[in-house]
Amino acid sequence: MAAPVSLQVEFGGGAELLFDGVKKHQVTLPCQPEPWDIRNLLKWIKQNLLKERPELFMQGESVRPGILVLINDADWELMGELDYKLQDQDNVLFISTLHGG
Amino acid sequence: MCEAAEDGGCGAGPGPARRRGQGHSHPRPCMKCGGSAALIIRVGDPFCRGCFHDYFVHKFRAMLGKNRVIFPGEKVLLALSGGPASSAMLRQVQEGLSRETAKKLRFVPSLIYVDEGAVRGQSLAQREQSLAHMEALLQATGFPFHLAHLEQALELPASILRPGPGRSGKPGPSYKEAVEGFIQQQRQEGDRNGGTFSPGPSTQELLQLFEAVETSTAREELLQMLRTHLILQTARTKGYAKVMTGESCTRVAIKLLTNLALGRGAFLAVDTGFMDDRHGDVLVVRPMRDYTSKEIAFYNHFFHVPTVIAPPLRTKRREKPSIHRLIERFLLGLQEDYPATISTVYRTGEKLSPAPAKAISESERCLLCLCALDIAGEEELALEPTLIMEEPEENGCCQDPPAARAESKAAYIPLLCYGCRLTFKELGPLATLPPYVRAEAQRRIRSAEMEQQSLEVPQEDEEPSKS
Ligand SMILES: [Zn+2]
Ligand SMILES: [Zn+2]
Repeated sequence: MAAPVSLQVEFGGGAELLFDGVKKHQVTLPCQPEPWDIRNLLKWIKQNLLKERPELFMQGESVRPGILVLINDADWELMGELDYKLQDQDNVLFISTLHGG
Repeated sequence: MCEAAEDGGCGAGPGPARRRGQGHSHPRPCMKCGGSAALIIRVGDPFCRGCFHDYFVHKFRAMLGKNRVIFPGEKVLLALSGGPASSAMLRQVQEGLSRETAKKLRFVPSLIYVDEGAVRGQSLAQREQSLAHMEALLQATGFPFHLAHLEQALELPASILRPGPGRSGKPGPSYKEAVEGFIQQQRQEGDRNGGTFSPGPSTQELLQLFEAVETSTAREELLQMLRTHLILQTARTKGYAKVMTGESCTRVAIKLLTNLALGRGAFLAVDTGFMDDRHGDVLVVRPMRDYTSKEIAFYNHFFHVPTVIAPPLRTKRREKPSIHRLIERFLLGLQEDYPATISTVYRTGEKLSPAPAKAISESERCLLCLCALDIAGEEELALEPTLIMEEPEENGCCQDPPAARAESKAAYIPLLCYGCRLTFKELGPLATLPPYVRAEAQRRIRSAEMEQQSLEVPQEDEEPSKS
């Protein structure tokens, strides 16, 4: 059983417009049998933070192409992407490079 | 949403579905220095923060050095949108000017920001807030700056649709002249009167113009046109011979395919290339077109480059997304599975020639985009079916004939290139179009008529030439 995980989740580049314009979110993920990874975090974000038009942020189980993900200020491509296991106090930043719509 | 049941505390987590790779961080080494990498750039190379910074800064200087179009001491207008690419461009110029002499950039920058809030659905309060934010950023640079509002495009002179006196044929100013100009150059206080803007009839007029446009695609094109003309006018009246804009490689690739779909295939090189010389006296250069939008986003994040986010162009309810948005979605989706997509499209663009866009005389220059009319020969066959104008029923009988002719939408068609014809058809009635467009169109229609008459009349009493 994994303990609850506290994270700072941030949105930038216009992605914050999908989250009421709020850039920084302090998030506590509840304990669950599986360790939390980015895949589960995205699902959690979709259910708890993203209120409307999820297709502008997500595609399938991942983020929409054109949205960058940084884990503790590093490219998620270096960190295992969806499979990265979240640690307590991690910082996850989503930056949109899209023009919108 | 059916997955909602899965959420909520312990024990309700999803099953261990498809897992691939190692979930843990194994920072790969930077390919330059072996330190721990912070991101992967275009070709899959890991870079640490420091090496990425050097790579990014070097690329800007290399781009300008390779193309050699900006003279020392020359006044250059940086067109800023508050977005990531133009903000990163501004930072490169700031870095470049503060560097030690050997590597220093030697042109004289000024800045322009065009407030497009009216058509981006911003309230007056939001517009003022964005503008104040932007003004503070511009002011902090210490460079002269101009604030403009999209509304001002409605007051542009018709001459903006004519190329200025070009440098074509003539050599440019000598190095000595350029350096003297540099010494004389005084830092001026920027135009600040734009800051105390209050919306009025011109905002209404601008909104009517955009409302009347039938598709979001044509609305995007219209916005780009007005913005370009407004920046160009500032460059002309304030004496800037160069304008820098911030399209990234990703944007260039999207624009290439978009313009192809918009029927602008003949003009891809000027529309997206490093250099755009269609306006004659003012050269538009695109020094950011070698950076991907990912590189720009990481640079801005790592090095604290401030940006101001503008909401997307307002679309009508249940309207189809623009071709611009669809191509963006398509290309980025493709890029996800085929990581070479964007750079392949971009590099294909490098091989295109600007020659087909060159117009020799006014009669073969497009009224709106100033490129050469690409319609010779194929007019009747390929174009007409797509361009049948649905004229509203107007009682033409009581209008004076020449004005009525010049004021019909169909009369504009021969003045436009293929792509602009398609866009023009989706614009609203002539009465909503910007005055400068109508004035220039009428002038050209009249001058074409006069030319026609002068060709027809003297035919009879002309003496056969003896040769
Ligand atoms: Zn390094
Ligand atoms: Zn055109």
